[in-house]
Amino acid sequence: MSESTARPRGGTKAFLSANAVLVYLFFYAPIILLVVFSFSDNRNVGTWGGLTFDWYRDFARNEPIQDAIWVSLRVAFVTTVVSVVLGTMAALALERFRFRGQRVFDALLYLPIIIPDVTMAVMMLLFFSQSIDIANDVFGTQWGKGLTTITLSHIAFCISFVSVVVRARLNGMDERLEEAALDLYATRWQTFRHVTLPLIAPGVAGGALLALTLSLDDVVITQFVAGPGSTTLPVYVFGLIRRGVTPLINAVSVVMLVVSIVLVLLSLVLQRRGGTEQSTAPSDDGAVGPRAAA
Amino acid sequence: MRKSTIGRTTRIAAIPLTLALVAGACGSDDDNGDGDGSGDGETAECAVDEVDGDLALFNWAEYIDPEQLQAFADEYGISATMDVYDSNEAMLPQIQAGNSGYSVIVPSDYMVSIMIAGEFIQPLNQDAIPNLANLSEEFQGLPYDPDNTYSVPYQAGTTGLAVDTAVVGTDFPRSWSIVFDPEFAGQFSGQISLLNDPRETLGAALKYLGYSLNTTSMDELNEARDLVASASGNLAAFNTDSADEFLTSGETAIAHGFSGDMFVQILETDEGTDRYVYFVPEEGGTRWIDNMAIPFDAPSPCTAHTFINWLMDGEQGAALANWNYYTTPNEAAKPFLDEDLLAFLDDPEVLAGGEESLELIEDTGDFEINFSDAFTEAKG
Amino acid sequence: MTIAEAPPSGPSPDWTDDTLPVDDGAEATPEFERAAERSKARRGFLIALPAYAYLVLFFAVPLLIVAVYSFGTRNRFGDTELSGWNLDAYRKLAEPLVRDIALRSLWLAILTTVICLVIAYPFAYFLATRTPTVRNVMLVFVMIPFWSNFLVRNFAWRVLLGTDGPASQLTEAVGLGPTRILFTSTAVVLGLVYGFLPFMILPLYAAIERIDLGLVEASRDLYASGWQTFRRVLLPLSMPGVIAGSILVFIPSLGAYVTPEILGGAKTTLLGSYIVTQFLTARNWPVGASLSFTLTIIMLFATILYFRKGGRTL
Repeated sequence: MSESTARPRGGTKAFLSANAVLVYLFFYAPIILLVVFSFSDNRNVGTWGGLTFDWYRDFARNEPIQDAIWVSLRVAFVTTVVSVVLGTMAALALERFRFRGQRVFDALLYLPIIIPDVTMAVMMLLFFSQSIDIANDVFGTQWGKGLTTITLSHIAFCISFVSVVVRARLNGMDERLEEAALDLYATRWQTFRHVTLPLIAPGVAGGALLALTLSLDDVVITQFVAGPGSTTLPVYVFGLIRRGVTPLINAVSVVMLVVSIVLVLLSLVLQRRGGTEQSTAPSDDGAVGPRAAA
Repeated sequence: MRKSTIGRTTRIAAIPLTLALVAGACGSDDDNGDGDGSGDGETAECAVDEVDGDLALFNWAEYIDPEQLQAFADEYGISATMDVYDSNEAMLPQIQAGNSGYSVIVPSDYMVSIMIAGEFIQPLNQDAIPNLANLSEEFQGLPYDPDNTYSVPYQAGTTGLAVDTAVVGTDFPRSWSIVFDPEFAGQFSGQISLLNDPRETLGAALKYLGYSLNTTSMDELNEARDLVASASGNLAAFNTDSADEFLTSGETAIAHGFSGDMFVQILETDEGTDRYVYFVPEEGGTRWIDNMAIPFDAPSPCTAHTFINWLMDGEQGAALANWNYYTTPNEAAKPFLDEDLLAFLDDPEVLAGGEESLELIEDTGDFEINFSDAFTEAKG
Repeated sequence: MTIAEAPPSGPSPDWTDDTLPVDDGAEATPEFERAAERSKARRGFLIALPAYAYLVLFFAVPLLIVAVYSFGTRNRFGDTELSGWNLDAYRKLAEPLVRDIALRSLWLAILTTVICLVIAYPFAYFLATRTPTVRNVMLVFVMIPFWSNFLVRNFAWRVLLGTDGPASQLTEAVGLGPTRILFTSTAVVLGLVYGFLPFMILPLYAAIERIDLGLVEASRDLYASGWQTFRRVLLPLSMPGVIAGSILVFIPSLGAYVTPEILGGAKTTLLGSYIVTQFLTARNWPVGASLSFTLTIIMLFATILYFRKGGRTL
């Protein structure tokens, strides 16, 4: 891909690079603070109290927080997988096809983005309480709110976010490539898998990242649809804030960050090593063909 | 054509489903919640120290030592978990909707009366709570639940002002005027915080003006609103959760807050009570009481009764208070309290207006929305 | 190998409706075309169905329940009586208090969106013109901060912007004297931009990245300036990303309340806080529901209009 005059040069390049650097500084300023004060021997974040690993030790011994992290991770994983699949399908359906009820579907897809958090929280609470009541009466079960209800709620709003990102990618993308594949005797599934999917991969990946982030961070909705023993990390932190933000939270955040970074780097490395045939395509801007692996 | 039939079928199926759910919602709310089981006033049949399942506690954050909770679990051979909420109003919908899964909750005073009226908590079997006899006199006969039919006090406290004497000096009036009097407050503009709570903050204004903080008079409320509005120009922030931290980190010099929060935070600093002072102004303030109660559909009511009884034991009550530094309603716990805590609680200067100046917050029924609207208007 | 080998013999594989008999040399008659259209539409519907059904069950139905509540009345205990349907909750929305709150929130959301756009576009373009490896790494490093807890990040900003905090030390070093940005509306905007910037970057990047930059090259070759190239070539082509990003930022900003509380000191009330207050503190669910509903419907229409203007259909 590097068409040479499209790449910024000179003054434009300086401006763009400076902007990028500033953006990264902006993004990481609170993170740096987070890391630094996770080693501070003072209960108040913001007042440096000398180097210590105590907070990390506290974290290692703190079961409720660890339970909460584990719950968050499980919910986020399932949410991401399901919402990426459903969201991508929704995006494809809306961008590549015309069918009855499409407008309603489109509007419905935007509602979870539009609706205020607390409203969604309240309505999911009401919905689940009623449904669980009915289900328990009908099936004689003792179901309650918990991981399932949290995950179901998260998926509900993540689908929309994923589809918006994938649609932005799909929109205006050259359909002739897919038509060409079909003309060349590929089945619809093969066309999807070998042509469409690589081309929308950045959108799908972006949507997946977004879904993961949204699920890991959600507080209000989770608070309302969680049950005993299914507290997620953000809800737990939210509850702790009443008692004061201590570097313990910082230590927890740093650990989670490090784990995320490690996981992501691992997956990047694996992707390059695995060398699937798709690894060339996502970087292209439309052309398919033999290219050196990225 | 098949495709449109599919679409129609889905939509048609959705209609009766929606109607069923909405009808369910309608029906239950007309009965004021799903509380059919406890509506007839029957208490759970439990013996003393009986357990019928694990304990799922729904509590305020950091209100009980996790180790103490575990000690309870170990003693009775069950597991005990705790989930947290940050306000009564966040807890209520979850209990009200039913199937919350919790056996013990900790509502505040006014919330108890609301939950009693809505039948969201069940009457207690006092035979299973013999330690109820340990309840201090001043915590008996409380207006919201005089005979402890539904609740047992857990911890109590006051709401007042904490001041950084290094900034404000020691020679200030023990009055709400340091926040509401423009002359005084103006000296510390940008260094004052008030609670982000309509009842508490408007209540402070009402007390300063000489009215009851449970007023149902629009005129009085409007006066209080205007007072808060003019005071907000001098504020750093309206904040409930971190008001104590702002004080000790130097962000503010005068902080409106809860006794235990302030006290713990002050003790954590080097200068402690030499530098920071907490008091309830002479015009009066809020006395609040958090209580233990059992939801109407608690999965383990007997375990719940046992837990309540266990915490009302002298030593356990003291362990609780020594951990969160609030006032204990447990007479039998007093001999075991920490010295620091006792010094703080018994200090006469803390209640500048005396015990009589304190009021409990009560729910004002239909008038309640006026408080929150007035507060929103005051903020501008 | 990216495409299946062509079958050596046999009829051409039929990529139209299975039930229609197709043989070699099928002509594009009107019936054929219509049948192909129908089958395509059906396929589209089926592909959409899982997401559609999910959202109907787990979103539309709950939403309807809340809509029903908006017609109820708050009784003296804060419960909602559904027996007497009325429009009181909607009438309350006409009060000046609500109008002020709405305008204030609108202004804040617009400001946040514009700032995000201005910052994110150059960034997304820069990102899109890197080599693929660098691109992926850079993108991941954009997302990483947002895998830390949202609340914790807000509290970190509270420290950064506080009295004698790093921001204040920075302004002192530059000669502007000590400042406390915390508890001002600047802090709120900063916090909101911080929280929503990735939502603007991602769709923008996805849209810019698929533009054939040969067009940009062509524009430059034809002596267009950078600015002209941007305005006439890049911007129109990346418009779907701009629209998607704006929506993903504007709408949540409108309902934001955590950041304004933590960084703004809760000194002004925004729509998000007001709705939360109605549902929780005031336990006035009918008004909370009516406001949420009204807001949602208005935003939905605004989104549809925005799309139409951007040249897309909805």
